[in-house]
Amino acid sequence: MKEERNIMNKKLQENFRNRRPFQDAVTERSSESSNKTKIKHPFWVMVGKEISDQVRSWRFIIMGVLIALTCLGSLYTALAQFSKQSGSAEDAFFFLNLFTLSDGTLPPFTVFISFLGPLLGISLGFDAINSEQNRGTLSRLLSQPIYRDYVINAKFVADLIVISSLFLTLGLLVLGSGLIALGIPPTGDELARLIFFILVSIIYVAFWLNLSILFSVVFRQAATSALSGIAIWLFFSIFYNMIVDLLAKAMAPKGMLTEGQVVEFQNFVLGLMRFNPSQLFSEATITLLMPSVRSLGALTMEQIEGALPTPLPIGQSLLMVWPQVTGLVAGSILLFGLGYYLFMRREVRSR
Amino acid sequence: MAETIIELVNLTKKYRSFTAVDHIDLTVEKGEIFGLLGPNGAGKSTTILMMLGLTEPTEGWARVCGINPSRNPIDVKRRVGYLPEDVGFYDDRTGLENLVYTAMLNCIPETEAAEKAKVLLQRVGLENVDGKKTGKYSKGMRQRLGLADVLIKNPEVIILDEPTSGIDPQGVRSFLDLILELRDEHGLTVLFSSHNLHQVEQVCDRIGIFVEGKIRALGNIPALSQQLFGTADHGLEDIYNSFFEGGTEHHE
Repeated sequence: MKEERNIMNKKLQENFRNRRPFQDAVTERSSESSNKTKIKHPFWVMVGKEISDQVRSWRFIIMGVLIALTCLGSLYTALAQFSKQSGSAEDAFFFLNLFTLSDGTLPPFTVFISFLGPLLGISLGFDAINSEQNRGTLSRLLSQPIYRDYVINAKFVADLIVISSLFLTLGLLVLGSGLIALGIPPTGDELARLIFFILVSIIYVAFWLNLSILFSVVFRQAATSALSGIAIWLFFSIFYNMIVDLLAKAMAPKGMLTEGQVVEFQNFVLGLMRFNPSQLFSEATITLLMPSVRSLGALTMEQIEGALPTPLPIGQSLLMVWPQVTGLVAGSILLFGLGYYLFMRREVRSR
Repeated sequence: MAETIIELVNLTKKYRSFTAVDHIDLTVEKGEIFGLLGPNGAGKSTTILMMLGLTEPTEGWARVCGINPSRNPIDVKRRVGYLPEDVGFYDDRTGLENLVYTAMLNCIPETEAAEKAKVLLQRVGLENVDGKKTGKYSKGMRQRLGLADVLIKNPEVIILDEPTSGIDPQGVRSFLDLILELRDEHGLTVLFSSHNLHQVEQVCDRIGIFVEGKIRALGNIPALSQQLFGTADHGLEDIYNSFFEGGTEHHE
């Protein structure tokens, strides 16, 4: 028994010696890496680990199942509506109705995404940084030869990849089942619109993801960070529109108005609404998925005069949602930048 | 004469008006086990953070393995293993997975990392639990895994911040033996921060006593005893206490 152990120890020591000296190991390693490209860059090692963490976690499974179920539900109602509207198959952009059609019992897919997307983003990011700190892994991680921003960047990239795969999968699944149920393939234009819709959804969720990553940097407790994220989500999805309505009522111009004044006031109220990210998202998705939408906001009779009520080509639809998408991207970058700045400035000690 | 591996010159860290580390000078030679002693808040951890480039010195500079950690933290961290106080692991992964992850962050290919991790787990006596999630580890096991985690990158210097807190006496004994063995085998330089005088006395070649951000005493124990008491037979406890007696403050 004792001999065995001695032999083992010797073996171990040999093993150990072979791996020294350090300098040689480094040069060996770098020459190896030029021959074989098998060595993963530490950043992608971190991204890989974060992705597997997310995919294994319960909250992702729960959110994924929730979104998949709503997707299924709205697909079902959309298909049920299709059969009632028979004969309209010749309509342009028939296929996109899959995402927007509803009989009133269940909201269409886009509405579900605008409601549940933020929750998905928040649940993926709310404990990004503070859980590392609380588990005492952050100081260990930072003592490895990596740049500090790898930590926050890797988490963001990993979450983005997870979200993108989820939405892409769902989008294509709906497309596929639509194909089977309807028997009509989508046109190229429809497919492009669908891809852009998925892209906008990803940006929208990324906005909320960045918000929750920011909170995970600011708040030491994961619960505080999650609750703050949810509070902001509730504020925007329920109370913000009420507040804007109240304001609009109070500020509504009285007496005789010209048409121009009414339109101006309408646009002012709409401008206020657009501070709400979900408003931006729904405007963008409606324009993308309903090519017949030709304008967002009120127009005067003068402006409408002479317009032909035909669907817009995809280029024009994209041009119309450009400000909305830019707004969402800018918001995401702003939030991420703030989180990044705070994280980089912080002194990390053990828990 | 051995080569100098850690050199701190006039190193200072101020947090607003509070001076955590106050103009310290220190050199540690290759293959030495150096003990950082002192009460909580004396500036030991801050000094370690500055050596790793995890925080910027307000004044002065450090040089670790010939590299300035505030300029090239990555190169320093490639050569220095740091075991933070109360180290944490990814609880839903096994010890082996945690080690492999660290190794891969150090650009070690996955298969090699797994082999290395297995060897190290045996070395620290965790070979039978490598399928267990670290969330279920005891404090002592966690600390030993921490040591393996530090060693997996083949460091030249290892810095251990309170590594023995929370381990039972027997565990401490084997932990300290392991450190001595590693030093003898590979010429590792070890920086050992602790409040436990007895343990420091057992393993350290030289010690530095930190008091309020300053190093008040530096050298080996007999020399310090000679310097303070005129004879070389006083232990570390007497030496340490001489800095905290009669003063306005009493620590622990």
